[in-house]
Amino acid sequence: MADVTAPDIVLDEHYTSTGLRSTKLAMWLFLASECLLFGGLITAYILYRGASLTGPYPQDVFDIGYTSVSSFVLLASSLTMVLAHNAALDKDFPRMRLWLTGTAMLGLTFVGGQVFEFTSFYREGLTIKTNLFGTTFYTLTGFHGVHVTVGVLMLLILVVMSWRGSLSDEPAFPVEMVGLYWHFVDIVWIVIFTLVYLIPSPQGPIR
Amino acid sequence: MTTTDDTKARHTEYHPSTREYVRVGLILVAFTCLEVWLSYSSLSGTPLIAALLTCTLIKFLMVIGYFMHLKFDNGRFSRTFALGAIGAFTLYAAVLLMFGVWGK
Amino acid sequence: MASVSVSGSHGVLRRPMSTTGFWSWFTTVDHKKIGIMYGVSSFLFFILGGVEALLIRSQLAKPGNTLLNADQYNQIFTMHALTMIFLFVMPMSAAFFNYLIPLMIGARDVAFPRLNALSFWVFLLGALFLNSSWFLGGAPDGGWFGYAPNSTTEPGNAMTFYALGLLITGVASTIGAINLAITVINMRAPGMSMFRMPVFVWMGLVVQFLLAFSLPIITVALFQMLFDRRWGTAFFDPTRGGEPLLWQHMFWLFGHPEVYILILPAFGIISEILPVFSRKPLFGYQFIVFSGIAIGFIGFGVWVHHMFATGLGPVANTAFGITTAIIAIPTGIKIFNWMGTMYGGDLRFDTPMLYAVGAVAMFVIGGLSGVTHSIVPSDYQQTDTYYIVAHFHYVLFGGAIFALFGGMYYWWPKVFGKMLNERWGKVQFWIVIVGFNLAFGPMHILGLGGMIRREYTYPASLGLTFWNQVSTVGAFTIAVGVLLFIINAVRTQLKPSTLTTDDPWDARTLEWTTSCPPADYNFETIPTVHSLDDFWHKKYAEDESGRLVRVPAGASGEAHPGHGAHAIHLPSPSFWPLVVSFGFPLLGYGVLYSWWLIGLGAAVIAVGLVGWALEPSVAE
Repeated sequence: MADVTAPDIVLDEHYTSTGLRSTKLAMWLFLASECLLFGGLITAYILYRGASLTGPYPQDVFDIGYTSVSSFVLLASSLTMVLAHNAALDKDFPRMRLWLTGTAMLGLTFVGGQVFEFTSFYREGLTIKTNLFGTTFYTLTGFHGVHVTVGVLMLLILVVMSWRGSLSDEPAFPVEMVGLYWHFVDIVWIVIFTLVYLIPSPQGPIR
Repeated sequence: MTTTDDTKARHTEYHPSTREYVRVGLILVAFTCLEVWLSYSSLSGTPLIAALLTCTLIKFLMVIGYFMHLKFDNGRFSRTFALGAIGAFTLYAAVLLMFGVWGK
Repeated sequence: MASVSVSGSHGVLRRPMSTTGFWSWFTTVDHKKIGIMYGVSSFLFFILGGVEALLIRSQLAKPGNTLLNADQYNQIFTMHALTMIFLFVMPMSAAFFNYLIPLMIGARDVAFPRLNALSFWVFLLGALFLNSSWFLGGAPDGGWFGYAPNSTTEPGNAMTFYALGLLITGVASTIGAINLAITVINMRAPGMSMFRMPVFVWMGLVVQFLLAFSLPIITVALFQMLFDRRWGTAFFDPTRGGEPLLWQHMFWLFGHPEVYILILPAFGIISEILPVFSRKPLFGYQFIVFSGIAIGFIGFGVWVHHMFATGLGPVANTAFGITTAIIAIPTGIKIFNWMGTMYGGDLRFDTPMLYAVGAVAMFVIGGLSGVTHSIVPSDYQQTDTYYIVAHFHYVLFGGAIFALFGGMYYWWPKVFGKMLNERWGKVQFWIVIVGFNLAFGPMHILGLGGMIRREYTYPASLGLTFWNQVSTVGAFTIAVGVLLFIINAVRTQLKPSTLTTDDPWDARTLEWTTSCPPADYNFETIPTVHSLDDFWHKKYAEDESGRLVRVPAGASGEAHPGHGAHAIHLPSPSFWPLVVSFGFPLLGYGVLYSWWLIGLGAAVIAVGLVGWALEPSVAE
């Protein structure tokens, strides 16, 4: 039965049907869709593992020690990211900017490490078209690296916005959102590191 | 009428302290060291892969649960992400199976 | 009248303020204007795709015809499909979702208005980019499904345009999907629980999830194809161990959910039209909702049925044959519920209803042939023949496009404040449905008679000529019908409105509580919803014998003009979405021609996004 009186409903500007922030829901949906993206790239890598008809093969070029250091760098950047968020929650802007910049620097170090790794593989004769290993490796890690770079840009934009004072009323939220993206990029690397580097590849072609 | 947003919730919402985050970070480092050690160990084949993937999964869940805060957040976020993650895993595992790649 | 005001700072970051005039369309973030732009552009692409279809049918009208050579034919049939799927049905559905979802859920706009504008501009520029290939060496000619290694090794730029064009339009759809999904989840008016939403909104929600999860898969595939073509990678190159079948899996993992993306909006439209023109509530609302969700899920589990003949083996084929048969069940449930809606109703066969019922009927025919494809050995005979072409045209044209036309007739007064002419509408409908069945019905016979798909001609000795001629006559008949629609639309728009009420169809859902067309802000006051079909219940109650009794006006509690008017915050216009969108075709041309353009495109996107992030928000 319809309500006979219809009072004016003055809604809070932030009213939502679920009580959750739209941007946060959107970010999680986006990250869910990114699972399909990286899943596809990883699938091609796994499918073609051991299927390269010519070398260089993974064990010819991989330096696990070096890549482990890279992995620690990215893990550390996730830690600095949550510390930045805690600082934002406390509205401690200098500390927040410090940790945000730190995260960005660690991210850049990671990307720099990737670039160095790629160039050394290249010098050892592995290009993106040499064989299936080159094709799938560079594509997968390249997409990941681009994602890290975009993340670094977003972190730096946050720092700039903080300087301009545009983050003053509620800094924790945008920092949290960029953080979600950043951590996701980290967990993708957690999976890549194991699947690509640590799980051994057959010597030479298996089919 | 009532309005709801999570501003109040956020103030009372649980956020790990620096110490707790660092602890999580150290656990992640430990598991990574374990992974690297496993890859150099004499383990090989299925046991190695199983051990490595277990470590990876634990790290994955810890970052999602603590750093990405899903452990303390509304279940909708977890379910949304799980849909994508589990969906991706299932679909691509099926493709790999059809190519004769055992499991993933 | 509510006042809407904005302010901005100085310099390049000053935000545009005007919401009227020609230029305001380029900076608008209003979901209604964006919906109209999607609708107009997609309809123009429909005409383009229709011309491509007429060329196909003209070429096939007689055996050994020389109107088009093989190469031209390949481009035409490829672009016909790409145009109809990606540049017509999907964006026209987006037009409906964009315009109607906020109105149906009692919201003022979508969750992310600027992102909404970005989706549209990226779509439009992507569509133009794809079609620029006609002038830049030839249009894509590898079929809309682009099977490797043909598509990855063919020289020239045509299939590179294919990969890039779909990547760009894919970005638009992904952004739109996230936007609309969050809108439905989070922006509903108070009291509108999920199970009080119109079915159209539910179908919209399922479609956005399908888009969000299937588009990344084809994104990967298209990049892999692009890299193979442009930079010599080995993804699908058998000479280096690559697997062409990987392309097929990745393509159809997207491609199958895609067909549900194409049909679910139509199911939503049908579910809105049937109750209004039967003057009865939708029968089995919950069943229709859950079956829509089920179709979404199962839709991800049937893709291999496009690959039965590729040698995957009996286990895979059987498994997917079973899932394909299973997906017919939720679809059938919907059909029965629609019939239940009409049964015993006070039926009015105005044009929207004709199209809705026509859509159900044509879809059933297409669905029946679809079920025959799920039987693997039967599919071995049907695959790559015109039997398949018949199937998908019955479901996509007969089902989806008929429903979209029904929706256009139904919501035209809401969007434009005018009614399309009813008599012309009926005439036009009957011409189209007769033409449609003439065009595609014979294809079942042709297919089983041995006519192969995707071939520019056929020999006279095969005895296929007669039905091909019938089909061509049908195609041109459709064209006449469509032309009549266009004339109807143009005449309607040029003449003054004859609308006397904001609720010309005596409808059930919230969008009809607003004016025709709605004000910028949609609702004077955000409604509080008490039930499914809330608007209907405000108009009608039932007496003791169950007959509808009109609730007296004023007692219904609807907001009256001027009642409770206060300043309403609306998101301000912005030019940044348009700026960012230009980066995408630049990236595309860059991949084709020059690294400098790639850099420029990336820079435009980056600068645009920074400007977007830093621009001042609405201020009172």
